[in-house]
Amino acid sequence: MPDSDLPKLPDRPRLAPGVRLHFDTTRDAWVLLGPERVIETEGPASEILRRCDGSRTIDQIVDDLASLYTADRTEIASDVTDMLRELVTKRMLVAG
Amino acid sequence: MTTPFAVAGLTAPLGLLAELTHRCPLACPYCSNPLTLDDRSDELDAATWARVFCEAAALGVLQVHLSGGEPASRRDLVEIAAAAHAAGLYTNLITSGIGLDVARLTRLKELGLDHVQLSVQDVEAASADRIADYSGAHTRKLSFARSVTELGLALTVNVVIHRANIDRVAALVELAAMLGAGRVEIAHAQYYGWALRNRSALMPTREQVARAMQDVEQIRPHYADRLSIDLVVPDYYARRPKACMGGWARRSLNVTPSGRVLPCHAAETIPGLRFWSVREHSLRSIWTESPAFQAFRGSDWMAEPCRTCELRGEDFGGCRCQALAIAGDARATDPACELSPHHARMLALAEQDSTDAEIRYTYRGRRLHADAIATPSR
Repeated sequence: MPDSDLPKLPDRPRLAPGVRLHFDTTRDAWVLLGPERVIETEGPASEILRRCDGSRTIDQIVDDLASLYTADRTEIASDVTDMLRELVTKRMLVAG
Repeated sequence: MTTPFAVAGLTAPLGLLAELTHRCPLACPYCSNPLTLDDRSDELDAATWARVFCEAAALGVLQVHLSGGEPASRRDLVEIAAAAHAAGLYTNLITSGIGLDVARLTRLKELGLDHVQLSVQDVEAASADRIADYSGAHTRKLSFARSVTELGLALTVNVVIHRANIDRVAALVELAAMLGAGRVEIAHAQYYGWALRNRSALMPTREQVARAMQDVEQIRPHYADRLSIDLVVPDYYARRPKACMGGWARRSLNVTPSGRVLPCHAAETIPGLRFWSVREHSLRSIWTESPAFQAFRGSDWMAEPCRTCELRGEDFGGCRCQALAIAGDARATDPACELSPHHARMLALAEQDSTDAEIRYTYRGRRLHADAIATPSR
């Protein structure tokens, strides 16, 4: 997909109105809940989403994640960007 | 995913539709409530609903939809919504917008309501009010939508699509965008209960359906950055059945105003099924053991062509209530499937109904069946 077709990421992302992160004790997983939507998250996704509160920049979120996980920062940055893009496309993430 | 159940293959439900009341100021001819409505005197009280919500959360339910009838017809709606939120459930209010003032809406927002789904009947007030049989409803809905978004609540606009409004799907999507909705449901009428009774007044022609589906796909990219457009597809003109409810007793449950628990809101149209009530049973035992939930769970109940069909795990044989309504047997393949021996007849029924020149509704729940005649949309 050419870059121009990628959704634009907000500077300080936050979950859209009507979307929230919830720990599901039955399924032992963090889930993202929205209108008629339940998205089960895996691994570091919940750590990323927890930081999407409209106050942090994407760089700050990546820094935080880099201090939590041992992976290469560039790799983390690309994972974070991919995930946030997907949520913007689903309209579950907006500008802070 | 871990399963909390001893029975292999049994999953936890995700959603619960709480029909708080069958009372409603509107009388839409496609209402999903049953033909025989529960009385106010039989409605569960707020304390029982609070228990049901706690049991639902413990069972694995994540989202509760407070619905009706019109849920705002309950004076204790705020108390009930607070209990749903306190149980940790994502709380969605499904409303007509009539009878819910800004003060009560503000209290709902403050106690943690997550989302509001508002029904809209058409883009033009005269037509919309005629469909709902309620003068002034449309104007009040528009003003209600503004209150929802001004409070910062997430809004979905739901439009049931039928012959009187199908030519305006593009305008309906634009209306939803204008009202500040983040999501719009273009839901083609599902023909059970009231809609089945009104089928000849509601059924669009095949050409109208094709054009409406095309219109939605054409405008979808235009709204990509501000509005999700979800389609509930029409199945009388389909070739494959929909995965009704995501499979019988697989993802969700429905509690009626008086406490009966159903796998879907039309399930009571199927004769011979026994429904347990939350007054006598826990939600967990209803989900795992009640005869109505067991009846069509999995694929053991299926006959041919479903039994050996490779799609049985995707569409679950379609809709049981539709199989009953058209094929006369709830165990049959949904006639929306082209492999059903009743498929051609279902298509013929739709085509015949869609050519009725006059639109004459039997309104839901009106004591005197006051019929109204609408001008056909083309």
